[in-house]
Amino acid sequence: MINVYVPRDTTALSLGADAVADCLAREIQQRGLSARLVRNGSRGLFWLEPLIEVDTSRGRVAYGPVTQDDIPALLDQGMLEGSESHHLYQGYTEAIPYLQNQQRLTFSRVGITDPLSITDYRNHGGFRGLEQALGLKAAQIVDEVERSGLRGRGGAAFPAGRKWRTVLETDPERPGQPWSGRKFIVCNADEGDSGTFADRLLMEGDPYVLIEGMVIAGLAVGAETGFIYLRSEYPNAHRILTEAITRAEAEGYLGSNLLSSGRIFHLYIRLGAEAYICGEETAMLDSLEGKRGMVRAKPPLPAHHGAFGQPTVVNNVLTLAAVPYILAEGGQSYADFGMGRSRGTQPFQLAGNLARGGLVELAFGVTLRSLLYDFGGGTESGRPLRAVQVGGPLGAYLPESHWDTPMDYEAMADAGGMVGHGGIVAFDDSVDMAQQARFAMEFCRVESCGKCTPCRIGAVRGVEVIDRIIADQDRTDNLALLQDLCHTMEMGSLCAMGGMTPNPVRSALQFFPDDFTRPAGNEGG
Amino acid sequence: MQEPNINDQDNRMTQLIEQHQHLPGALLPLLHAVQLTFGYIPHTTVPAIAEALALSRAEVHGVISFYHGFRSQPCGRHLLQICCAEACQARGSRQLVEHTRQKLGVDFHQTTADGEITLEPVYCLGNCATGPSVRIGDRILGRVDPAAMDRLLDDLTRVPLRFQSPPPETSDTKRGPQ
Repeated sequence: MINVYVPRDTTALSLGADAVADCLAREIQQRGLSARLVRNGSRGLFWLEPLIEVDTSRGRVAYGPVTQDDIPALLDQGMLEGSESHHLYQGYTEAIPYLQNQQRLTFSRVGITDPLSITDYRNHGGFRGLEQALGLKAAQIVDEVERSGLRGRGGAAFPAGRKWRTVLETDPERPGQPWSGRKFIVCNADEGDSGTFADRLLMEGDPYVLIEGMVIAGLAVGAETGFIYLRSEYPNAHRILTEAITRAEAEGYLGSNLLSSGRIFHLYIRLGAEAYICGEETAMLDSLEGKRGMVRAKPPLPAHHGAFGQPTVVNNVLTLAAVPYILAEGGQSYADFGMGRSRGTQPFQLAGNLARGGLVELAFGVTLRSLLYDFGGGTESGRPLRAVQVGGPLGAYLPESHWDTPMDYEAMADAGGMVGHGGIVAFDDSVDMAQQARFAMEFCRVESCGKCTPCRIGAVRGVEVIDRIIADQDRTDNLALLQDLCHTMEMGSLCAMGGMTPNPVRSALQFFPDDFTRPAGNEGG
Repeated sequence: MQEPNINDQDNRMTQLIEQHQHLPGALLPLLHAVQLTFGYIPHTTVPAIAEALALSRAEVHGVISFYHGFRSQPCGRHLLQICCAEACQARGSRQLVEHTRQKLGVDFHQTTADGEITLEPVYCLGNCATGPSVRIGDRILGRVDPAAMDRLLDDLTRVPLRFQSPPPETSDTKRGPQ
């Protein structure tokens, strides 16, 4: 029996993977072929999706991008034998340079396994970290994570081990409070930054690694309850995670007696409701508690006073998903990757106008140019690349002069950018940077939680001022006003929404000034 | 969409409240369940929600109105969301939005006159390398250019109404709802 793989991740589905899988299953049956259809996660080579893979004696071979209309010809030409004759043949999957040149630690299983099969997960090294952790004292688990140098992958890059130690050492007794005595693990899966999809790809392609990471976090700090705060824009991830949790409970990887150790960890999913601000950890905690997602002032830190007023670890999906490897292989093994104070690997996400968009997990230190050209293949449109936004909607737009900066937290910060969650959105030369600056303000207007006036009102005024600049009304004065407004938002907002919306605006002004000084009515493009 | 029958609504609400009120942070899960059941969150359900969770009606209303994902009005038969975030902009979503507005004759947050389609923006569906992306129900579609949007809209509006009482079965009406 030969295994044939058709991914079930959102991108593959969005390009017709279900129709491909249905057609393939029908043809296999009608032709009486001996093959088993597996719905795997995506390898993250999105320009090849839907990507069919077939097991051969020398590894999997790949065909893509496949439509259902291609299936009969693919089978006629020997796809199930790994034939090279069809024009969609891509060779051995692992030998595709895009994949071969990566360093996949966190994503080591994604696209290889059936995401819901616990057997697959175990056979590929899964749950070894948890087994290690069950034999360690809480502080020893935290030591191991600290040794790895792992920093929060959500964007703020705070050392995970230090956060865990704080929660471990915080007394959860809060007399009179309803949840006194409890600690919580909260996974921030509100991946709202445009150009990022690594959390989604991981949750859809290898949900057990996140579950395992959360259980280990619980053991490390003494928490018996976890929540995954998942954005409602990810219905497919919701389906897969829900099923994975059910299966993990049935097999004793979650619940009241973890692997017969007597230890406890319960895990629940909470859905967001389309509010970008809930990706900010304190707004997320308010939302988790059933409130409007309003940003809280810090201190108190969530580690002291988090979900339901109790000590809480809040980590991004990728942070928690890096933990099983660290426990299984040792913190030092993880720390051996990377540069400077940016240890380990970062899943970069190539998005926007690139010929080869997808997921690229690499040690820190790769340059933006290498990601854009060696991996991304330049623009899909064939026009020159002009601007690249790194780190989500609050990140700067960088021109070509900045593309040789190594992607590490400190080096990017020195260059005026940020790694953030590792999202990279590429624009060709048809982009109008004045419009992109306007959108940054518009997005802040729509998504501000409203707590801080400079953010709530400033974003409205920001759109108006940029509109006047574009329309060539008192341009010099309005440009000065815009700089002033950016300064006010930056200094007067509690969180990154208001505080960093100026990043894309200022970078557009600094690096692409011509787009703001065109004659009115000539918006370029 | 019609206002749900009040007695049916009360019965369903009683069930939904029983299922959700003991969850930690119960309000969002309950509101999701209400919206899934009725297609939106009727204002007539707010007092029961508030009472069950020991909140004021203003607090419940405040939460409903805070989140883009909660609707206090019914929407069209299909909710069509177009991703308007940067990665999709880099792949032509601005043009797609303009095309769709003109084709449907509505702006964002509006429903077509025939009640078929409500158009909404969404900020990122996590499908950022293969945009422009749109969401219909729980389906996400990629590489939606204007021509693909036209095909999608034709498909959506051609399918027979799902919740209509079925016509009498004769040989030529047997196709039924998809």
